[in-house]
Amino acid sequence: MDGEHILETEGLSKSFGGFAAVSDVGLRVKRGTIHALIGPNGAGKTTCFNLLTKFLAPTAGSIRYNGRDITRTNAAGIAQLGLVRSFQISAVFLHLTVLENVRVALQRQRGASFDFWRSEKVLKRYDAAAMALLEEFGLAEVAHREATELSYGRKRALELATTLALEPEMMLLDEPMAGMGHEDIARIAGLIRKAAAGRTILMVEHNLSVVADLSDRITVLARGKVLAEGDYAAVSADPRVIEAYIGAGHA
Amino acid sequence: MTAHDASAPAAAIGPTSASLPREAMATYRLLFLGLAGLIVVAPLVIYPVFVMTVLCFALFACAFNLLLGYAGLLSFGHAAFFGMAAYVTGHAAKVWGLTPELAILLGVAASAGLGLVVGALAIRRQGIYFSMITLALAQMVFFFCLQAKFTHGEDGIQAIPRGALFGVIDLSDDWALYVFIAVVFMAALLALFRIVHSPFGQVLKAIRENEPRAISLGYDAARYKLATFVLSAGFAGLAGSLKALVSQIATLTDVHWSMSGEAILITLVGGVGTVFGPIVGSVIVIAMQNYLAQLGAWVTVAQGVIFVVCVLAFREGIVGVLARRLKMRL
Ligand SMILES: Nc1ncnc2c1ncn2[C@@H]1O[C@H](COP(=O)(O)OP(=O)(O)OP(=O)(O)O)[C@@H](O)[C@H]1O
Ligand SMILES: [Mg+2]
Repeated sequence: MDGEHILETEGLSKSFGGFAAVSDVGLRVKRGTIHALIGPNGAGKTTCFNLLTKFLAPTAGSIRYNGRDITRTNAAGIAQLGLVRSFQISAVFLHLTVLENVRVALQRQRGASFDFWRSEKVLKRYDAAAMALLEEFGLAEVAHREATELSYGRKRALELATTLALEPEMMLLDEPMAGMGHEDIARIAGLIRKAAAGRTILMVEHNLSVVADLSDRITVLARGKVLAEGDYAAVSADPRVIEAYIGAGHA
Repeated sequence: MTAHDASAPAAAIGPTSASLPREAMATYRLLFLGLAGLIVVAPLVIYPVFVMTVLCFALFACAFNLLLGYAGLLSFGHAAFFGMAAYVTGHAAKVWGLTPELAILLGVAASAGLGLVVGALAIRRQGIYFSMITLALAQMVFFFCLQAKFTHGEDGIQAIPRGALFGVIDLSDDWALYVFIAVVFMAALLALFRIVHSPFGQVLKAIRENEPRAISLGYDAARYKLATFVLSAGFAGLAGSLKALVSQIATLTDVHWSMSGEAILITLVGGVGTVFGPIVGSVIVIAMQNYLAQLGAWVTVAQGVIFVVCVLAFREGIVGVLARRLKMRL
């Protein structure tokens, strides 16, 4: 077992019909780092996340997490192992209150989820922990609002808070800054950096200054294949990477 | 508070927030008391067997509503659970001579078990495919009941004895039976309410709001849906068992697909995802069938017309519309 890497894939592939969205990807994420997965639109980044978290079944290849083969574990099982993802499109429970959103995560981790004979009042015991998290994310004053009323930036913050409520060992964040203004980006970047203490983060992000700023290591994906890997300086100087981005119409 | 403003599109099915603020809880308490009062008074002015029939169908629809309103699963096969429990209870009471509470218990167990099988097969599919599988399996149950010996084919099980509750209280008396049915009905209604407002209910709500997100938090959505399916089947079975004791017959009508339609009709007319909708719906639909009975075959047509009018006029059902107007949960 390789203790240095928390997540490793080998020959990871997925085709839709005849189209290879991800092919032969070998990804190695070091424990305790922020690792970025970048690439032009349609490169297969989200598909990779879906494979890693078993929202899609790989066509070929294997995934190891913490030295354990998780290629056949189901999506809920992966989360229970401490590998938790977020989504490219903000994913909160819109008609639960902000507090309840976080509490649903706490409840999964700390129990009582299957108790259909008890009053929901027992969930109040998680309120303090949930409020503490919301405080940290600047969401305390909207704790009793429904999530649907929040601004986009705050929804993403809530999503992050909910994910962190599970105290995951590793987080996969799919474009956490997409569609945000400058201030929100700075705020979320700060939150991610804070969240990174003591855990591993694999992050898809198009905003390259954020990537440069946050990540320890970068893997570039293009047309489903790993194109380059290294730190920001190395990757951004790689002519193949520049070409892939220009070829895809990116600056 | 805007927390239960039902104007949001996602609220088209079911209530908004799962956990209850104090004032909403107080309202529910009053409404439950009011309902209990109505059930006490009703048989003084209305034929008790009619009221009991209404209660049985209300419970049947409440069970169906648990699945559709709170898990977002539309079953076309709930007649299987209703009818199977009616047969099992009828057989146990008549042939095995069991006391009514044991006969009911067996009926509920049979339905829950059947629910586990049907649910496990159907739950892997989404949307209309889920509904179609429940329908197909319910049809198989129908043909089983048509062929099996103990159901007596076209005749059904007739003259089911009501027996003596715990071997002591004689239920052949309409009033004694009424009290029994009323108590079981209220208990079942409160149990269903508790399920919806439990930690489990909260997870169910999250799954309905955003299933992929719930899964990504580590909830095995299929297991929660299956558990809901089994609970729903069990309560539908309870309704069928009670109905077998009230009408003293269990026939193919009880397992026929049109009985599944009845549950859907009652729930939609009353209001999906509301606590009292299925009860109001049951009063309306059963009364209609009773008073329109002289129309003969035209009952179905009249029922269809009223159904269409209901759906067009208030899509959220009577109680659903009322709840929105009053800005409260009902
Ligand atoms: N379920 C699917 N069925 C068929 N094709 C799919 C499916 N999911 C993704 N694809 C295709 O696979 C390719 C990779 O998509 P993916 O969403 O992984 O890209 P991405 O790198 O996340 O892009 P973006 O930066 O735009 O989010 C795309 O060409 C996409 O059209
Ligand atoms: Mg993507």
